[in-house]
Amino acid sequence: MIEIRFHGRGGQGTVVASKILADALAKEGNFVQAYPEFGVERRGAPVISFIRIDDQQIYDKSRIYAPDHVVVVDPTLVEAIDVTEGLKDGGWIIINSDKKPADFKFPAKFKVATINATEIAVRNKLGTLATPIVNTAITGAIVKILNLTKLETLLAAIGDAITVKPQDNQTAAREAYEKS
Amino acid sequence: MKKVIMGNHALSYGAMLSRSQVIAAYPITPQTQVVELLSEMCADGTLNAKFIKVESEHSAMAACIGASAAGARAFTATSSQGLALMHEMLHWASGGRLPVVLGNINRAMAPGWTIWTDQNDSLSQRDTGWIQFYCASNQEVVDTVIQAFKVSEALAIPSMVVLDAFALSHTYEVVDIPDQAKVDAYLPPFNPPYRVTPDDPRAFGGLTGPEHYMELRFKLQKDMEKVLEMIERTGREYEKQFGRYLGLVDDYLCDDAEIILVTSGTAGYTAHVAVDEMRDHGLKVGNLRIKVFRPFPFEIVRRLTQSAKKIAVVDRNISYGHHGIFAQELKSAIYGHGDCKPVFGFIAGLGGRDITPASFREVVDFTISHDRPEEEIIWIGVKK
Repeated sequence: MIEIRFHGRGGQGTVVASKILADALAKEGNFVQAYPEFGVERRGAPVISFIRIDDQQIYDKSRIYAPDHVVVVDPTLVEAIDVTEGLKDGGWIIINSDKKPADFKFPAKFKVATINATEIAVRNKLGTLATPIVNTAITGAIVKILNLTKLETLLAAIGDAITVKPQDNQTAAREAYEKS
Repeated sequence: MKKVIMGNHALSYGAMLSRSQVIAAYPITPQTQVVELLSEMCADGTLNAKFIKVESEHSAMAACIGASAAGARAFTATSSQGLALMHEMLHWASGGRLPVVLGNINRAMAPGWTIWTDQNDSLSQRDTGWIQFYCASNQEVVDTVIQAFKVSEALAIPSMVVLDAFALSHTYEVVDIPDQAKVDAYLPPFNPPYRVTPDDPRAFGGLTGPEHYMELRFKLQKDMEKVLEMIERTGREYEKQFGRYLGLVDDYLCDDAEIILVTSGTAGYTAHVAVDEMRDHGLKVGNLRIKVFRPFPFEIVRRLTQSAKKIAVVDRNISYGHHGIFAQELKSAIYGHGDCKPVFGFIAGLGGRDITPASFREVVDFTISHDRPEEEIIWIGVKK
């Protein structure tokens, strides 16, 4: 079983990112479980969502405390909260950032990857300059780095889930995939 | 067709596939996305139903009662305080023998104001004469709504399909959406023998004196007793069509278990994980997840707990001044049948506090190390 935790801010589409990933994984025959942090979402406030992936039925309905990997959709959260809480040794920290992985001072037991999903989203006119919608781009990076699904499967899942600018979202995911 | 959907929408799909004809709902907290999706389905023609937006949950159930009395398949959904407000009308639906199906998201009762899960909302409606199903997966939710209409309409008793807030309601899982043509074959249109119609005027729910009232209740109980067999039969029919059996309980490794966990809802799935871990350590533990709470499946519970030495019931609810409610039920089911084995009553997870595999390890550790429960309630994960 693989467990991933997403950190973002309310309104960035963090929950949608985990849902699209779940859709893509399900298309390839996996069992998935995706859920937001159980609470009340507020725009701009830190939000968390989770995904469990397995090749068999997932019975565990408790929350994820020790994820295999974390995804940081909003880089300002790295300063605000401990995104590594409970993260297993050897786990990936995938950050939406224009910096290099080495610019982040995480313990050496974690692997760090960065993807400038904001730049990709803005260039593909997803959301606005002030609030770009980065969730589809970041899924491209996730499936590549963690080797979760084929790119085509992810693009199909985005096509199914996104009704506004589906092709631009697919382009963003593809670019992030290729850059990761 | 497989689809990744949340538990709220699993209820919506169940109601849609059942071809509900009337949906009445009060669209504000504690309402959920259940009726939001249904309203969209009604608007875009996916579902040919009348969507009635009402001014309270009491009215929502009243509208379902009127619709059902007129011969329409009626569905609504609510939660916590909303279900409490329906209370009077719940009696009216069951007493009127109207097979309404209600989806309830288990949310704890306020105050303190809360939207997180526990079972006190639905269990407070225990004696209203409704069938109660408790689900553990989104697949089970879709399937159970369809089965609930089938059972309810066959015996003229309403059903409540219950699922945990967040742990199911907002959790996305892969669901095999049943084929509509197959659902139509399994669940033909609702066709009650009596209905409110100007073509054949009758009185419904009129004044009933002491010479008749008790017989109405006797008949309700007698039909309630038939529900268990009906669930098993329709569950097998469902399995033939869709490959998934819908029974009264989900028993896991109970046959040779020395300690049997008795669980319900999503905690009953998490218990499954804990049982696997404990079996790996040589502990003979089983899990008996109760899926149908009303009517209570006495016989199967007695049979499956027969060889166990101890029973550990984990309740996500409480009857203040007494025990957890499933613990009471277990005791009443096994009392006077075979050996009097100790029943340990644990309470966990109130108001959405997480129930984890570790919670069940704690439960089993306590049960192994004590001959008797010693306390009426053993609390798990409470800050004392």
